[in-house]
Amino acid sequence: MSGIVLLLIVLGLGALAFILARGKALSSVGGDQRALHSRPHYYGFSASILTIAPAVALMVVWGLGQSTLVQSSVAELIPASAIAEGQTVGLLMGDVQRIANGLDTAVAEGALSSDAAAALSTGADDIRGILGSVGVALGADVDPAILKAAQSYRAMQSSGATLRMIAVIGVALLGLAYGFMQTSATYRARNSVERSMRWTLIAAASVAVFTTLGIVFSVIFNTIEFFQLYPAKDFFLSLTWSPSFGGGSELGVFPLLWGTLYISLIALMVAVPTGLFSAIYLSEYASPKVRAFAKPLLEVLAGIPTIVYGLFALLTVGPLLVNVFGDSGLLGVNWMQGGTAVMTAGLVMGIMLIPFVSSLSDDIINAVPQALRDGSLGLGATPSETIRQVVIPAALPGIVGAILLAASRAIGETMIVVLGAGAAARLSMNPFDAMTTVTAKIVSQLTGDADFASPEALVAFALAMTLFVITLGLNVIALGIVRKYREQYE
Amino acid sequence: MTDASNAAPLREKKSLLAVDARTKKRNAAEARFKMYGIIAITLGLLFLAVLITTIISRGTGAFAQTFISVPVELREDKLDKKGNRNLEDIKKVSTFGYNPLLGDALSAVILEGGFTTEITKSKELRKLLSSSAVGQMRAYVIENTDQIGQTVTFDFFASSRVDGYIKGRVTREDLARDKNLSAEHLDLVDQMIEAGVVRKKFNPSFIFGADASESRPEQAGLGVSMLGSLFMMLVVLFLALPIGVAASIYLEEFAPKNRLTDLIEVNISNLAAVPSIVFGILGLAFFIQFCGGYLGIAAMKASAPLVGGLVLTLMTLPTIIISTRAALKAVPPSIRDAALGVGASKMQTVFHHVLPLAAPGILTGTIIGLAQALGETAPLLLIGMVGYIASNYPDSVLSGFTDPNSAMPAQIFEWAKRADPAFYERAWGGIIILLVFLMTMNIIAILLRRRFERRW
Repeated sequence: MSGIVLLLIVLGLGALAFILARGKALSSVGGDQRALHSRPHYYGFSASILTIAPAVALMVVWGLGQSTLVQSSVAELIPASAIAEGQTVGLLMGDVQRIANGLDTAVAEGALSSDAAAALSTGADDIRGILGSVGVALGADVDPAILKAAQSYRAMQSSGATLRMIAVIGVALLGLAYGFMQTSATYRARNSVERSMRWTLIAAASVAVFTTLGIVFSVIFNTIEFFQLYPAKDFFLSLTWSPSFGGGSELGVFPLLWGTLYISLIALMVAVPTGLFSAIYLSEYASPKVRAFAKPLLEVLAGIPTIVYGLFALLTVGPLLVNVFGDSGLLGVNWMQGGTAVMTAGLVMGIMLIPFVSSLSDDIINAVPQALRDGSLGLGATPSETIRQVVIPAALPGIVGAILLAASRAIGETMIVVLGAGAAARLSMNPFDAMTTVTAKIVSQLTGDADFASPEALVAFALAMTLFVITLGLNVIALGIVRKYREQYE
Repeated sequence: MTDASNAAPLREKKSLLAVDARTKKRNAAEARFKMYGIIAITLGLLFLAVLITTIISRGTGAFAQTFISVPVELREDKLDKKGNRNLEDIKKVSTFGYNPLLGDALSAVILEGGFTTEITKSKELRKLLSSSAVGQMRAYVIENTDQIGQTVTFDFFASSRVDGYIKGRVTREDLARDKNLSAEHLDLVDQMIEAGVVRKKFNPSFIFGADASESRPEQAGLGVSMLGSLFMMLVVLFLALPIGVAASIYLEEFAPKNRLTDLIEVNISNLAAVPSIVFGILGLAFFIQFCGGYLGIAAMKASAPLVGGLVLTLMTLPTIIISTRAALKAVPPSIRDAALGVGASKMQTVFHHVLPLAAPGILTGTIIGLAQALGETAPLLLIGMVGYIASNYPDSVLSGFTDPNSAMPAQIFEWAKRADPAFYERAWGGIIILLVFLMTMNIIAILLRRRFERRW
């Protein structure tokens, strides 16, 4: 809360700087704007930026540093004897924070005075009761060492917050003073403001890079932790996936990869011919009227959220397939045991990918120069011969790129497989068996009740890593091919 | 020349108008090829039609619900024993205390309507109604203490089994092993329908209400999770739009051709293709574990719309950047030259002239990006928006961002996972609402483009 107040104070100082600097600039030339280097508000903004930017930067850096410092010094306060079997300092730190936050809430709601909160002891007071009365539920009674740690955590945090407030306001005031001092008629205020704006733009553009870094780091750290608990060799080479939350799980990625690839293959077998032929027809044969009608309608399929496809697979396509291929079905073959199966998910995913393949291929086919077609038609080839022997070969690299992109989409798709493919990891050739995929297991391992530090939960990060690497590889190759292809005809 | 051609007759003489076998074959191949295209398009459109029909036919039922109107005497001796209408005393009567009133009222309805039934026990009779009925009565009494002692007619939800019977989902055979309802109940329901006591009507609380526990599908609504989605979309709008526009301006107008620019460009196009579940991992590990847990920022906790909004922002950024860059590119260079020519700085040119002209295109792209984000489910699963029962409206606007909530697609997923098939209908109904939102957003985007698009 104090963070928001502090931010508001800094912003207020920034506004003050704007008014002061603008006033000074105007009065220095006696109100004649033409004598200034820049328009008056630039002087205001320049001083504002000097006030706000360093102060906010300090605030963020201080926040990061303070957490790290406080965490490590509080962790030292917890004696080794307080760490029970199977627990780690990290878990206890969670308790410490929860108690400290609970005490904060209690003080804020008036259930405790701040002195009383600092003087609490486990023998004399019912900590659980006090915290429970303000809505902070604790699992067990509070260990004295933990309470001590929580109290010193609170003390350090609050003194840290006070120090931060002083430092940040100090920096803001310094900035304000400096900005005000340098304001003069000849000061190049506009250039300075525009320089700051440019840096802001660069920062915004770098968000994409930081997002990628964030993904990579959050996956890598947890994956390393996982491989410390579970051998990497078994993860990549074992043929069984059977997590058991009691321990002794076998976490081989292979069955999941098999399920993923099998489902993606079926999806591509549906999407590629349908999408490709639609694109060919739309770009080579269809009259403008048909094109104007069919193309947007096909693209509606791409705008439908995946949860809708998932529900469609679970509740419509699955039962339908069971009626045909299941026990006592239309065909009289008992291939399918339940509605969730590779085929269910694959078919629906294929439908989802049709517009993806068709609009990408459409672009690519349209990029083939008309001269190639004219040449072929002029030699007497029929339109279909032209397409098969001239246009498609010319567009082939682009089409391959589009298919790879569709494959990467299929591999990363989550909702359809979570709802439609089943939960059992198995290695089977039967497309009517339930299988599971990498994405579905990421969801199930992280949404279960597993302890977050257990290999059963951490394996999700290793799976995410596998997924990220595979899709990234496919994307890089596909985008490279498509780009190269586009350049070829430009 | 003519001699030469006459001397070596390569083919037998034939009229040009008669189609030879080879041409026939080629023409047939042509027709076949064209047919494949038509089949492919028809197939695609057919899938779309099947999907839409399924959604509509399965989902519209969720908007109507079976209600049973029951006149209940709010007896003073049960609800306010002291008789001084003290609110604290009235609140002390739990929903349990309302059960006998309800049982009596139902018996009275049967007696009055002259229905014949074997069921006499109050507990058995109450199975016709949703277990939310007593809560509804209690809430009414606490609102209107002056009504105690009067007889008030309530419209209660029928239990989900009765509702399913009327909608054709539940049959008498299904109830053979069902402990929640028996065939005798249905005989009674048949008579009540005839008497007009049981009616199916439009149910606004499906759209505006809160989610309910697994045992009361009839009470579950999408309202709270709609608010969750709204707060997430606000976060996305206020972060993704400025960051996306700023990034596009830099890349399109200022960026020099160097390594850094290349790196950024490659990153953006790759992020657009990263599976959405990976963004969920990022949200879990960075926003919840690191920011919320390690740094101790209280607002960053699981199931909070703020975290969901941040994750969706990162996901939507590439879409917004790509469309914004296209919009900036479409502004002709002559505009920039003119502005620079009269002495504007590069920054002034962009912000005073190029950006306003590109605004409609940027807005269109943003709306489409938001629509994408609204339908996204996978990352929300990982940050804990599924499994959370969204049964409380947020207290204030600020807590709407930080209080645990669900979101529309997450709520639909949650319903699809539950065991009772009554929830499936609600999942389809939820999809109708979601699609209506998406359609509206896309139509607005199209209209904006039509209305403001300028061709130079």
